Amino acid sequence: MKVNKKSAVAIAALIAGSMLGLAGCASSDSPASDGDKPAATTSGTLTVWVDADRARALKDVAAQFQKDKGVKVDLVVKDYSKIQQDFTAQVPTGKGPDLTIGGHDWTGGFVQDGVIAPVELGDKASQFEKVAVQAVTYDGKTYGLPYAIENIAILRNTKLADATPASFDDMIAQGEKAGTKYPFLVGIDPQGADPYHLYPFQTSFGNSVFAQNADGSYDASKLTIGDASGEAFATWLRSQGDKGTKVINLNLSQDLAKEAFLAGESPYLLTGPWNVADAQAKGIDVSVDAIPSAGGETAAPFAGVQTFFLSAKSKNALAATDFLVNYIATEDVQTALYEAGGRPPALTSAYQAAQSDPIIAGFGKVGENAVPMPSIPQMGAVWDDWGKTEAAIIKGGDAVSSWQKMTSNIEAKLK
Amino acid sequence: MTAPTLRDAPATDAATQRRGKRAAAVAEAASAGWKVWLAKIVLLGIIDALAIYAVLVLIGQGQWLVPAIVVVVAVAINIVYLVPGLLPAKYLTPGLVFLFVFQIFVVLYTIYIAFTNYGSGHISTKDDAVNALMQQSQSRVENSPTFPVKVLERDGGFYFLTTDPDTGAFVIGGEDQPLAPVAGADAAGAPGFTTLDFGQILAHQDAIGELSVQLDADPNDGFLRTTDGSNAYLFTSSLTWDAAAGTMTDTTTGTVYRDTGQGAFTADDGTQLLPGWQVWVGGDNFVRAFSDQSIRGPFFTVLIWTFVFAVLSVATTFILGLFLAIVFNDPRMKSKKFYRVIMILPYAFPGFLSALVWAGMFNQDFGFINQVLLGGASVPWLQDPWLAKIAILVVNLWLGFPYMFLVCTGAIQSIPDDIQEAGRVDGASVWQIFRHIKFPLLLVSVAPLLISSFAFNFNNFNLVYMLTGGGPRFADASINVGQTDILISMVYKVAFVGANRDYGLASAFSIIIFVLVALISYFSFRQTKVLEELN
Repeated sequence: MKVNKKSAVAIAALIAGSMLGLAGCASSDSPASDGDKPAATTSGTLTVWVDADRARALKDVAAQFQKDKGVKVDLVVKDYSKIQQDFTAQVPTGKGPDLTIGGHDWTGGFVQDGVIAPVELGDKASQFEKVAVQAVTYDGKTYGLPYAIENIAILRNTKLADATPASFDDMIAQGEKAGTKYPFLVGIDPQGADPYHLYPFQTSFGNSVFAQNADGSYDASKLTIGDASGEAFATWLRSQGDKGTKVINLNLSQDLAKEAFLAGESPYLLTGPWNVADAQAKGIDVSVDAIPSAGGETAAPFAGVQTFFLSAKSKNALAATDFLVNYIATEDVQTALYEAGGRPPALTSAYQAAQSDPIIAGFGKVGENAVPMPSIPQMGAVWDDWGKTEAAIIKGGDAVSSWQKMTSNIEAKLK
Repeated sequence: MTAPTLRDAPATDAATQRRGKRAAAVAEAASAGWKVWLAKIVLLGIIDALAIYAVLVLIGQGQWLVPAIVVVVAVAINIVYLVPGLLPAKYLTPGLVFLFVFQIFVVLYTIYIAFTNYGSGHISTKDDAVNALMQQSQSRVENSPTFPVKVLERDGGFYFLTTDPDTGAFVIGGEDQPLAPVAGADAAGAPGFTTLDFGQILAHQDAIGELSVQLDADPNDGFLRTTDGSNAYLFTSSLTWDAAAGTMTDTTTGTVYRDTGQGAFTADDGTQLLPGWQVWVGGDNFVRAFSDQSIRGPFFTVLIWTFVFAVLSVATTFILGLFLAIVFNDPRMKSKKFYRVIMILPYAFPGFLSALVWAGMFNQDFGFINQVLLGGASVPWLQDPWLAKIAILVVNLWLGFPYMFLVCTGAIQSIPDDIQEAGRVDGASVWQIFRHIKFPLLLVSVAPLLISSFAFNFNNFNLVYMLTGGGPRFADASINVGQTDILISMVYKVAFVGANRDYGLASAFSIIIFVLVALISYFSFRQTKVLEELN
């Protein structure tokens, strides 16, 4: 059968055209397609953004919730690193999820953008670890439901050292005695050092970024980082950098530090629970120890609390809150989440059950001293200058004047 | 397919056979014609059905602009494919639709954003901001008890049934009716009211979630709200929204916040309540880019470096590529193919991967370059402003010369040998032949590629972001930029890095970049035309 050329082209063009039309419809239709459909108000679906590990852990409770309440829980697997940005972008369009997982330090930004709503934990609040509730409390209200706590601690290679001493200098001495390439490892970045990993040493000088209110929240109007204790820390930091002992090395990135630890090149690594599995897989017998103090006071790391946030535009706020408070905040689910993620649960009963694992117990013990990472949006202005200044000091810049300059820079930005 | 027999006469002669075949073809084409029409109508029908569906859904959501566009596009497609005689449009329409959806719309949207305050704290509408502020201003009264509630319904209104924590009596309250005892009420419900089960609560969860029931006649004592349909808590609000006046009032301090057109409720002393909302700010973002001291300084430094980087990248890769092309084109060169393959290898790796590998090799203490090539020297390749710039140029040379090598090889090989021979006969030296004959001829074909290469390097985000991340940073900039940042990486940082994102400013920057690249390309292409006339 013959089809003349012209019509063949016409058909091809038509098919292309119809596909385009389809594409056009799809793209013009999508900005609001999951949005305010009137149908969603009638016991429809709860959309929850989770990462792959959490999705597995939540499958059972989602099915249970559907069985009990007739509301389907749609677990949408997202790349964790994309969640913060996508959530901020999509909630205003009405397209975002009802619930999403995230780090508690996003709270301030989310509140400032108006994309999350407070979650009233009610009497459940007292069943959580104190630091977890403090972390999700912003401006006197709890935003979100915490499910896991993470903080850094000293990971010790038990073959190379038999204990982590209480003071930094003793630890270095121990490390040198072990005869390894490095006495102690902490991974930082050449451009921005790493205020998060160096913070325990800073707190051991009694310094903090912002003053804390009685309820554990931070007061953005009281910047305390520039205190004399901050200067003392800066001076100490310089003494450990390029112009001093070179224990803290800017060029030793997270990856390189981990690699060196896995290769047995140091008895101590300052890191979080995320590196434990790899070390154990390498056959290293690790123990989790307290962070030694550099300045005499207790070395308190930052605690990061993993949280479920409730969208400010959720059409299913009641069902979502019910799911959070009465289903996620149970020992079984918190334990399942812990088993999937390897981080201590936020619910006290699940947390205590998880303490049977010595690694979790180790991180948990260090975490008892931890302070929640500030979640106020002003923190965004702080991280950048903080890291830049620490890098300059480690490189050998003048400690006190750099620290003061940083403080005045941050103050200028906070205005 | 039966070939129609047009004549009963025996078709023996060749002419008749030919005529018969031709007739068969005509008939077939005609029969195919209606099939084409059928296919056309079916496909257009599908498109129209989808368009109508999309329009209905979109209008149902209260949108107007997008459905209008869908209608226009659908009508245009119908006209183009149904009206005879629009042959060029039949071929152009799909491309034009693509062009509009993926290019023009994006450009227009970027321009629009550049004139708004879209960014952290200003990401949504005023209604959303009011909503969020109201949500955030409610806080639970400290140490207040939990009220277990049942949700009741009467005449379309919703009510809470709970017990008074002091007296233990059953009390009922609704939107305009503070909690009060009702005769005959028990734990399950009250006469005249319907008790809702969870499914019914969910079906009305918007209304029930917004229901606030005053504890008693005094509104300052707080109100009950439920967040899960079975427990209510006592809240007080620190903000009141006056919809008529459009003001927010802080009940604890008495401060009144007004909409002053800046995209946030602002008090008389200038303090703003966040979240705010998106507003049109006119040229403010452009003004800021050029006038705000802490942005202008780094902006101009970055601008200059962007030009230097793009020009030097093109120049160095072109010179090396051309040199190698000439060398490898020499007839005396052995195993050319082998060397050419090796030369093209860097081109085969993804650029961002190479940049990451190079970043590792430049590491001051552990990098291959310092450790192996320089025998353990501690050269701060990526930490020193000048060395970092050199490192970027070196890596880009490594990444870019194979392309130039390929292009130049092609161009040289297309120059006929007899031109050179003519030059040689006239007594010109090798250099003269190259300088006056080969090079101008080469430029005719290569110059447009150099311009596009310039435009590419002008926006070479991958390299900068993966190799140095823009560092070392400027000490005094209020935005997070550094010595090796080019405009596009600076835009990325303004828009997407850190907690304070400023999409409006980033869009303004990207328009500035677009204008720069367009101007440079325009003038360069005019120069190339001059070259072509040379030919």
